[in-house]
Amino acid sequence: MNCPTSPTPQRTTTATGAPVRAEGRDKVTGAARYAAEYAPDARLYACPVPAAIARGKIVAIDCGRALAEPGALAVLTHENAPRLGETGDRTLAVLQSPWIAHRGQYVALAVAESLEAARAAATAVRVEYAPEHHQVLPGPDHPDSSVLEEADDDAPEGWQRGDVDRAHAAAEVRVDAVYRIPALHNHPMEPHAATALWTDGGRLVVHDSSQGAGWVRQTLSELFEMDRDRITVVSEHVGGGFGSKGTTRPHAVLAAMAARHVGRPVTLALPRNQMAAVVGYRAATEQHVRIGATADGRISALAHEVVSYHSTIGDFVEQAAKPARSMYASPHSRTSHRVGPLDVPPPSWMRAPGECSGMFALESAMDELAVACGLDPVELRIRNEPDRDPASGLPYSSRHLVECLREGARRFGWTAGPRRPGTRTEGRLLIGTGVAASTYPADVEPSEAEAHADASGNVRILLNATDIGTGARTVLAQIAADVLDVPLDRVRIEIGSSDLPYAPIAGGSTGTASWGWAVHKAAVALAAQLADHQGRFLAGGLRVSVNTEDDVAARSAQYARRSFGAQFAEVQVDRDTGETRLRRLLGVFAAGRILNARTARSQFIGGMTMGASMALLEHSTMDPAFGDHAERDLASYHVAVAADVPDIQAYWIEEEDPHLNPLGVKGIGEIGIVGTAAAVANAVYDATGVRVRTLPIRVESLLTRIDAP
Amino acid sequence: MKAFRYERPTQAGAAVAAHGGAPDARYLGGGTNLVDLMKLGVESPGLLVDVSGLPHGLIETTADGGLRIGAAVRNSDLAADPRVRARYPVLSQALLAGASGQLRNAATVGGNLLQRTRCLYFQDVGKPCNKREPGSGCPAREGVHRDLAILGASPHCVATHPSDMAVALAALEAAVLVHGRHGTRTVPLTELHRLPGNHPERDTVLEPGDLITHIELGPVEEAARSVYRKARDRASFSFALASVAAALDVHDGTVRRVRLAFGAVAAKPWRAWTAEERLRGAPATPESFAAAVDAELEAAEPLRDNGFKIPLVRNLAVRALTDLASERSSAGGRDPEPSR
Repeated sequence: MNCPTSPTPQRTTTATGAPVRAEGRDKVTGAARYAAEYAPDARLYACPVPAAIARGKIVAIDCGRALAEPGALAVLTHENAPRLGETGDRTLAVLQSPWIAHRGQYVALAVAESLEAARAAATAVRVEYAPEHHQVLPGPDHPDSSVLEEADDDAPEGWQRGDVDRAHAAAEVRVDAVYRIPALHNHPMEPHAATALWTDGGRLVVHDSSQGAGWVRQTLSELFEMDRDRITVVSEHVGGGFGSKGTTRPHAVLAAMAARHVGRPVTLALPRNQMAAVVGYRAATEQHVRIGATADGRISALAHEVVSYHSTIGDFVEQAAKPARSMYASPHSRTSHRVGPLDVPPPSWMRAPGECSGMFALESAMDELAVACGLDPVELRIRNEPDRDPASGLPYSSRHLVECLREGARRFGWTAGPRRPGTRTEGRLLIGTGVAASTYPADVEPSEAEAHADASGNVRILLNATDIGTGARTVLAQIAADVLDVPLDRVRIEIGSSDLPYAPIAGGSTGTASWGWAVHKAAVALAAQLADHQGRFLAGGLRVSVNTEDDVAARSAQYARRSFGAQFAEVQVDRDTGETRLRRLLGVFAAGRILNARTARSQFIGGMTMGASMALLEHSTMDPAFGDHAERDLASYHVAVAADVPDIQAYWIEEEDPHLNPLGVKGIGEIGIVGTAAAVANAVYDATGVRVRTLPIRVESLLTRIDAP
Repeated sequence: MKAFRYERPTQAGAAVAAHGGAPDARYLGGGTNLVDLMKLGVESPGLLVDVSGLPHGLIETTADGGLRIGAAVRNSDLAADPRVRARYPVLSQALLAGASGQLRNAATVGGNLLQRTRCLYFQDVGKPCNKREPGSGCPAREGVHRDLAILGASPHCVATHPSDMAVALAALEAAVLVHGRHGTRTVPLTELHRLPGNHPERDTVLEPGDLITHIELGPVEEAARSVYRKARDRASFSFALASVAAALDVHDGTVRRVRLAFGAVAAKPWRAWTAEERLRGAPATPESFAAAVDAELEAAEPLRDNGFKIPLVRNLAVRALTDLASERSSAGGRDPEPSR
């Protein structure tokens, strides 16, 4: 594997040089504690009981045998659980009613002296249901398919410009295809877990595996109807989330509820095989893409219409068509998201929600257009590069997609010209290459931060940011060290607790931009105080407190802000078996200023690996008889292993963008997954001449469709 | 919480006596499957007889030039044994195609043979499964069954046996030495596993308390030219979608001896007797290989989502046999997997 470099030198050095991950030693030695590893005195364990039906009502619950289990202390059900306040998130109204909205929804919670006893007690709970007919598959069989509703986040009636149907019909070259992505699950390495305790003074303390302790505290304050100041949520170390820990999840509510009910601390770590139902996932999408173009590949019509679903207790909709509004210039365009409710586990955020799904379809369709026009797919994209954001009409603060495509093509050794599928072989293997573009919004949220300096030259930076494995701690320390011109080891970063100054969640690729802005502002203010300071320090040292709300609000609304990238893939397809293996994956990204080459590379290749995994492996099957996803462990839900990504490289363009934030950063947690699946699928087409429009691309996608001479 | 007793005897007789044929007693080898099933609630034994302390950890050369493999030999050790690599390359390749390095280091030969199906319904105690709970039904037939059987299934069960190693052993006609409550006996490996029929709950012909102590391999001359081919979703650490173990001896362009077994197609490693019969004396050409495999697969009854296994097995088998027949083929054949 190559180390990432860029056309110009990185500005990643700090006062101390090599930017090493701040908590790296703690993690590899096991000293870093995760939510379930906090062991307050007299701690108990809880184990939830999932619903065994997909829709209906609980008629009776018998907890007698469960409570008779040695060590069992309590079983909470909708009959005896504390009443919770209202929140906007109905998935958190746990144990509040006898109604079942999806299989796997929690119907009871066993609390016991040990994990084993809690599991045994949970298993012994007897639940009698009155099941109702459930509907868990979208599509023609959907009873509500005639009344699917438009569910665009921004445009309630769907979004359009011009007359796309007429323009498509009149186009010289047309692509008209349907792409399908199955349900996909986040499956972070660390299962969702929480340890909750109530102090004698009535304070609630929750150690939660979350992407945002502040969000969790806010939700808990609403659910338990208590002042936020009486709640502390700690998310010090988090073993991945990919969006599934972005919102408060039922485990945290259950742990707090159980701890109050029994009056002792309670740890609840979700078993892996329950996670598929209660912590969100990427909903399956069916995406109809139509592109009309001139013979030389200039797009005149672009329609991206998505059919998906939401759960009956959640309205999250995968906004897959959104990127089609911004990617390419087209005078006529339409996007829509039509959905209906299903009795399924509630979908939610999964890494690059919307963009990841949508760009598989759009960038596959672009490859089909390149083939239809007889054009190099790199050149096709360059020809359709807009000079301003097609969605808003605003200029981009920076957009270097063309540079990414060119730099990627050069580094990858891309063969320019029209695709010639099926022409490259090695023995029984068919070899192909593919390209796709990536994009993700470059958003920012307001944040607070404090900076403290003491007499011995040590600096403390405090804010409730979350490091979910990204390296946030390290990068924030670098920002402060650079501004204050002190060695990195003089900067102590305190994050991951709701008692710290407010900061937004680790999500939407906004962390570094949002937190970094506040840390930068605090460090600048502290530096000014230090410069002005005369005489001895007082006992508390110097401290400043900042809030970027006004700064963020003052940001010009006259720019569209997005990251872009280009991904190149090489695959081999075994003629005899139809097995596709990735050989090479190379991405070049234009995502603002990169602060730390080491952690940035990890984010890029992590996203790319997840995208390759989506292309070839990941698949959750909705089991219509039962209403759940059949693959609920990592033996059946295949994610890529090291052998699946033998050669992966990430590079970036040095992008100077003065319209973002003082750091010039865009956020890189998600763009790596966007477009990867299309690059792989396009490479499969190049290898075999077979266009696979349904993911994942597996043996049966190709076996009977490849010519086997 | 279900407590269980644990014993770790040092002699086979003592292990069998400790087990005693009790319905809730289980032998524990590497634990790579049984412990998972205990966590899932599929198994809840009252007694675990740990057989890792028995003197079954050796690979010995037998008087007739074969091998006698202790049931407690770790998968990784068996795969690396120079005699296995030279004389039975199909076995070494099959072992290395299975699981992950960590699992192979823990898993034993005996446990590998007796591992349970990975059918998702079998592993989910919240759903019916005739293998786990006789008479409860088989949702896999209409449900999620991409990985399941195309041969030898019954209306009651469409499970597959997941082992790679067993497919090679079936082709090699291994013998399974069993120490039972009424003495020792030998079971041909091809007769160890049962097809489901009306009793899918019974994976094998073993009786309660029977302990596998050794596997014996005869001196199979043609095994020196043998190969294992496995198709799977992921490049490593995934079960076969289909696999083929093949050994071939060609003389003057004619098949003299052939051994062929299929994996991931049935509740047992599927020895392709019909194909072998047709191939003996037939020309060693891709056409005759294909015709023979097609004859074997005539009995296949694919489910809605696993029909791809038929062309997959066919292609794997024809490729394996064609490569073995070709002059260029080395004894070990091509290694289709990335080097480890």
